[in-house]
Amino acid sequence: MKRMFVAMLAGAVFMGSVIAPLPAAAQGDEAAAPAEPIKIGALFAVTGPASFLGAPEAKTVEMLVEQINARGGVLGRPIEVVLKDTAGSPQKAVSFTKQLIEEEQVLAIIGPSTSGETMQIKPVCEEQKMILVSCAAAEVIVNPVASYVFKTPQKDSQAVAWIYNTMKDLGISRIGVVSGNTGFGQAGKKQLEDLAAEHEIEIAISEVYDKGATDLTDILTKVQAADVQAIVNWSIVPAQSIIAKNMRQLGMDIPLFQSHGFGNIKYVEQAGAAAEGTLFPCGRLLVADVLPDDHPQKAVLTSYKNDYEDRYDEEVSTFGGHAYDALMIVVQGVENAGTADREAVRDAIEGLQGFVGTGGIFSFSPEDHNGLGLDAFEMLTVKHGRFAVYTK
Amino acid sequence: MHQLLQYALSGVTVGSIYAVVAIGFNLIYRTTGILNFAQGEFVMLGGMTAVSLAAFVPLPVAVAGAVGIVAVCGGAMEILLFRRLRSHSLLHMIVITIGLSIVVREAALHVWDEKVRSLPYFTGTECSSVRILGAAISPQVFWVLGTVGVVVLALHVFFRHTLTGKAMRACSSNPEAAMLSGINIRNVRTLTFTLSGALGALGGCVISPMAMTQYNMGTGLAIKGFAAAILGGLGNPMAGVAGGILVGLAESFSVSIMPAAYKDATAFAILLGALLVRPHGLFGSNGAEGAREL
Amino acid sequence: MKKTPVVPVGIVAAVLAALQLLATAFGREYYLTELIMAAYYSVVVLGLCLLMGYAGQISLGHGGFFAIGGYTSAILTTRHLPWAAGTDWGGWLQRAGVLAARQDLYGTDMITVTPTAAFAAAMALTLAVSLLIGYPALRLKGHYLAMATLGFGLIVYRIVLGSEFAGAADGITSVPPWRITPGLVLSGRRAVRVANYYAAWGFALLVVLFLIHVTRSRVGRALRSIHGGETAANAMGIHTAGYKLKAFVISALLTAAAGCCLTHYNGGIWPSEAGALKSVRYVALVAAGGMANLWGVLVISTVLTFLSLRGCFGTFDHAVFGIILIAIISLAPQGPLKPVAAWLRAAGRALRGGRAGDFAGARTHHA
Repeated sequence: MKRMFVAMLAGAVFMGSVIAPLPAAAQGDEAAAPAEPIKIGALFAVTGPASFLGAPEAKTVEMLVEQINARGGVLGRPIEVVLKDTAGSPQKAVSFTKQLIEEEQVLAIIGPSTSGETMQIKPVCEEQKMILVSCAAAEVIVNPVASYVFKTPQKDSQAVAWIYNTMKDLGISRIGVVSGNTGFGQAGKKQLEDLAAEHEIEIAISEVYDKGATDLTDILTKVQAADVQAIVNWSIVPAQSIIAKNMRQLGMDIPLFQSHGFGNIKYVEQAGAAAEGTLFPCGRLLVADVLPDDHPQKAVLTSYKNDYEDRYDEEVSTFGGHAYDALMIVVQGVENAGTADREAVRDAIEGLQGFVGTGGIFSFSPEDHNGLGLDAFEMLTVKHGRFAVYTK
Repeated sequence: MHQLLQYALSGVTVGSIYAVVAIGFNLIYRTTGILNFAQGEFVMLGGMTAVSLAAFVPLPVAVAGAVGIVAVCGGAMEILLFRRLRSHSLLHMIVITIGLSIVVREAALHVWDEKVRSLPYFTGTECSSVRILGAAISPQVFWVLGTVGVVVLALHVFFRHTLTGKAMRACSSNPEAAMLSGINIRNVRTLTFTLSGALGALGGCVISPMAMTQYNMGTGLAIKGFAAAILGGLGNPMAGVAGGILVGLAESFSVSIMPAAYKDATAFAILLGALLVRPHGLFGSNGAEGAREL
Repeated sequence: MKKTPVVPVGIVAAVLAALQLLATAFGREYYLTELIMAAYYSVVVLGLCLLMGYAGQISLGHGGFFAIGGYTSAILTTRHLPWAAGTDWGGWLQRAGVLAARQDLYGTDMITVTPTAAFAAAMALTLAVSLLIGYPALRLKGHYLAMATLGFGLIVYRIVLGSEFAGAADGITSVPPWRITPGLVLSGRRAVRVANYYAAWGFALLVVLFLIHVTRSRVGRALRSIHGGETAANAMGIHTAGYKLKAFVISALLTAAAGCCLTHYNGGIWPSEAGALKSVRYVALVAAGGMANLWGVLVISTVLTFLSLRGCFGTFDHAVFGIILIAIISLAPQGPLKPVAAWLRAAGRALRGGRAGDFAGARTHHA
């Protein structure tokens, strides 16, 4: 009895101390105090299984915030990013979203990193009228459109269209699809299957493997037996590198197409010589150096690339680019609206046209909350261990 | 026909990875009765350390260095943690090693980072391939199988013909009698953890070129290694190898007849089935190892 | 001598009410969200406490039962049933309260199973599965039982991860709120948060009361004797297999119920709830709370889950959890409350020691 009482007391004291009046962090009300920071929430999977997405995203945002504030901020006010590490866990995403909305009262939320988390918080943001600019790729995030939810990565369906068009040029009509069992992989698989018929591509075999698989030779054996002319792999690391290596080891010399998740030179390094000739659609960030000087994206891409690589001593990846786009879109929305009122900013974002980002040039509309078209992609390949634009 | 052989080779490749973990599991369990869920982390640490060292020193030195460092970690873990535990209930041990694996994994995340890394192939490159009767495998597979084989042989010799090995066997079959014979049980336990750490690290190095090394690879490996150990019969390091290979083959062949998405579920279903029919494992003896209650 | 633990429950209820009033008064109602989620997770841990602490059986697969409950609720309440639209069957089922017509987030009409009917289905499924798995598995001991339950949890995980109808890797979203009674709606919406808080904690307290009743009854004594020594218990004529199975099934049902409630509260469910990491976390929380100590388990589970959901530990969340786990188990295997109680008593004695002759609080205490 006494033990139980003590337990209760301990628990209550603890909880009370957490809940009771802590000196309130800035209430975030956009009252007209000058230089009151504009708060933006960020949910990234900095640690955990999706950390290859969240870590560069968090670093990018950190870097951008410093740059923006050094320039004088937005509308004369500094911006403050409240970053929460969800570790890829949807329950944390839900919990942190509610915290960001009610406790921190942020203007907008950028992220999360994965589609699964985004879909779980989409209803919450829509109901609470919170702007969400997601860095996750799934089409369902913006289709059907929810008025407060946007996303920055390019459309999977357009990546697939690029792949299929290239295949037609190469005379390929019978393919095998292998995909990872993540949300990204499955979304890609669905697009591949949906768009196959209209591009006259036959998917002879489609297999799903575990994202943590260490060896994919058994799946490739099955694919080999189906006698295909090319393989499309839609997955995240490390499978992207493993599949390339396994293909070479099995003596398969048919072309390998990867998704736009291949956007990091590290994956090429890990696959070594096996990555030569891999084809994948991607944003132009990775080939910023070879873009013609008059390309509209060149300035943004090269400055982001150089700043990031100088600051963090690691190569840029397209994932960080999604976070760059998300934050800058919100910033641009605030500047266009001339105020940090959420409704006005939302309208401003929806009305953005020709916004130059790393993923492409964004033009939003009430029906299109992604804003990117086919021209956001470039078909890339790997030549001598570096990324290069693919030419026939 | 060469298809079947290819599947078999795939299964053996993956199974040997599980075997490496299972050996370490069994070793510790047999001598100390502890189920070390942190075994997978030894494998991860071995690979990570070797990759870091390989930036400065030649590959063999890096591997040897990694093995040494992780072995020391294993011993340190025993000295710092397990020696002091007052409670020896099975459940507490399981929970502690689980907690340990979590801490080690997170520490690895902060020491290195989330990126995937790998050692260079010991012989050949990413593209090299060896043909056997129409099936093809990477030369690295020979390294893995060879290492596992050498380890098994060495352990056999160690246990049968060296004094220390015999002391370890004595500790596992009857700790009191061993103490009475003058064997220092505490040192034997530390040695067991050290050895297990070394073996895990060696495994981690040798699979790194193929399977890649990432800070969170340990958990999945621990589960599969545990399954392999149980299938073979807990406490028997050699049987663990057989268990590992069997699990790998089961997974690989299941891909040939059903969607690969259910590959892991199949492996566990087979394992569960085996457990329910023959709980002491394929090579285990009835009652002796498994009757320990919470 | 049994007495209903009115006083402790009363104290707990008072503390909870105080927390809520504090939170509302200071405008910090958002803390209630994490407390609600913590309450439901604590129900899982409490059920596991019965199985592990009292019956002495380990289960590393309870995430599987959570997922069975949650996914059944989620799938049935989000899947549109086109055949029910124009038929008599459909109409009859709607009137019976099994099906309901509603609109989803985007305004499309759909007919789905009602949450209450889905809950009933989830409980039935959990009962069946737990009996099916429990009966053979509980004959195993120690590590083998651990492996069997781990394997079960992983199989459930792989099935939901690999299946389209379960939403594959992204799980299921847009799960509707659950109107349990006209006044009580389980939903994450801000407007009903306080009501949900009391509902969640009411549920948790009912579970505690129920488990206290069970552990003090014949069943509890039988379980304890099994924990102490199964062979001896068998020799005394106790049907150990039956009691173990009972404990297993009860814990599975509680876990699945919590899964249903939390799915409706969060509005969704995802595969990682079935995974090994979650199952292991539940086991760890039981162990950290002191194994056979219901109140201790409740407090520890709530506190740790709350802190984790708040993100208090940032990127070190898992590491802190692991460290706390190791610390508690190695230093205080009976749970942290005993040392805390001892410390508080000692502190109380020290404070009172200034006053002469007052030894009312002094008791010899074994560490």
